[in-house]
Amino acid sequence: MSVIECNNVGIRYITGDFKAIGLKEYVIRKLKHDYHVKEFWADKDVTFKLEKGDMLGIIGSNGAGKSTLLKAITGIMIPTYGTLETNGTIAALLELGSGFDGDMTVRENTYLRGALLGYTRAFLDSKYDEIIHFAELDEFQDYEFKQLSSGMKSRLAFSIACLVNPNIIILDEVLSVGDGSFRKKSGDKMKEILDSGVTGLLVSHTISQVRELCNKVLWLDHGKQIAFTNEVELYCDAYEEFLMTKKLPKDRLQIEKLAADYIKREEEDPNLRRSY
Amino acid sequence: MKQIVEKCKKYQFLFEELVKRDFKEKYKRSILGMGWSILSPLLTLLVMKLIFTKFFGKDMPHYTTYLFSGNLVLAYYKESTKNGMSSLVNNAKIFTKINVPKYMFLLSKNVSALVNFGLTLVVYFLFCALDGIHFGFRMLLLIYPIVGLLMMNIGIGLILSALFVFFRDIRYLYEVFLTLITYVSAVFYSVDKFSKTGQRMFLFNPVYVFIKYFRCIVIDGKIPSLEYHALCAFYALIFLIIGGFVYKKLNHQFLYYL
Repeated sequence: MSVIECNNVGIRYITGDFKAIGLKEYVIRKLKHDYHVKEFWADKDVTFKLEKGDMLGIIGSNGAGKSTLLKAITGIMIPTYGTLETNGTIAALLELGSGFDGDMTVRENTYLRGALLGYTRAFLDSKYDEIIHFAELDEFQDYEFKQLSSGMKSRLAFSIACLVNPNIIILDEVLSVGDGSFRKKSGDKMKEILDSGVTGLLVSHTISQVRELCNKVLWLDHGKQIAFTNEVELYCDAYEEFLMTKKLPKDRLQIEKLAADYIKREEEDPNLRRSY
Repeated sequence: MKQIVEKCKKYQFLFEELVKRDFKEKYKRSILGMGWSILSPLLTLLVMKLIFTKFFGKDMPHYTTYLFSGNLVLAYYKESTKNGMSSLVNNAKIFTKINVPKYMFLLSKNVSALVNFGLTLVVYFLFCALDGIHFGFRMLLLIYPIVGLLMMNIGIGLILSALFVFFRDIRYLYEVFLTLITYVSAVFYSVDKFSKTGQRMFLFNPVYVFIKYFRCIVIDGKIPSLEYHALCAFYALIFLIIGGFVYKKLNHQFLYYL
């Protein structure tokens, strides 16, 4: 049984007039037949399948539909069409710092966030010290959350989210947080989780990270699926070339051409890879 | 059924934490804390008693209790639905990032309103005693309208919170509506002066129906008819069902609007 099976999934957003016009205005516009709703397809016909231990890198420029796809996988959104099946507990690390209550203490926020993530009280009781210690917030437990620095906030969020042993982990640009020393620690923790046989999805604009961590790549562009493949190096090369030339490949031949172009470019300028 | 129990167990911890948060948010910011939630209905009562006794209370026995019954139910209804309305929007940051059942936010708000109501209820009984009301087993029947009110408030909260996501001006329209409800709920006047049909019209107002139940038990010492019980149940269920339906239908559309 696959851990994640995403079958021909499309996700539509509704945009247009309705936002913040209010009920009175809505009724008037309806009466005047002047009410318009626009559709926007964030994802179209996306199909992929992940087995246990797979690490999928989702690449694509801004507005490609990456985050929307992740939201569908966590169950926050439902696909407009297609089927999406997940098997196992999901830990999603999306935009870590948000959703905390500024007026509550660090301790209270830790419990609230844990509850939101679906932990049990017993589990949190046993892990609380570990969480605080890992986030290096031992002396700040009774501070109000708004008094923390933004680095501290994301450290806490990271620590709470990473202490479980999920079957599926979803990372949206959050591989490492905080300052130098914590960055290393969180990176190590992340590797430990990834090595434990978890199935992962990673959205990253740092292609070297995708190359290093992922064994499969999903390339999205404006909601359309360009590729789902396990030839990570080839497609990452092609993608990096695409980022510079903005020419979208249409078939296998063009992918290889793009990748070859990138390798040529890299040979001419050895610093290129580091600059990303 | 088994599924529901399991779900409850799963979300019990979340529910407790949310209730705690709402309490802290509510009471931390005022020096008087819980005292205020008792003091504020008492002030309303005091003003009403001072003003309206002259106009309406002259030939009405237990006018204080009459006023308090109306205020008690109305204040609970107002607080519960008003807080319920903003429960989704205020927590948008959370449920657009984490997959949690959104109705939890509404339920926890309803719990804090219910606790507030409970506190006021204690004071209410105190005043009843001072007003010379006889206590008896019939008072236990008050649980019936309280459960009914709770169900209705949750239902209306579901409807309002969903609407509030889509139309932000609902807040002001609802304020207007609440003012109207205050005047047609016979809080400080008696409906006896109206014709028979006029009195019946009042029964279209669910808040009045629950207020009348309270007065019937407490002041008149009578148990309302079976039909009257059915009417209470009808209002409780109809709003809860409509609310559940609206919520279910719009549940996955909220994200587009936040």
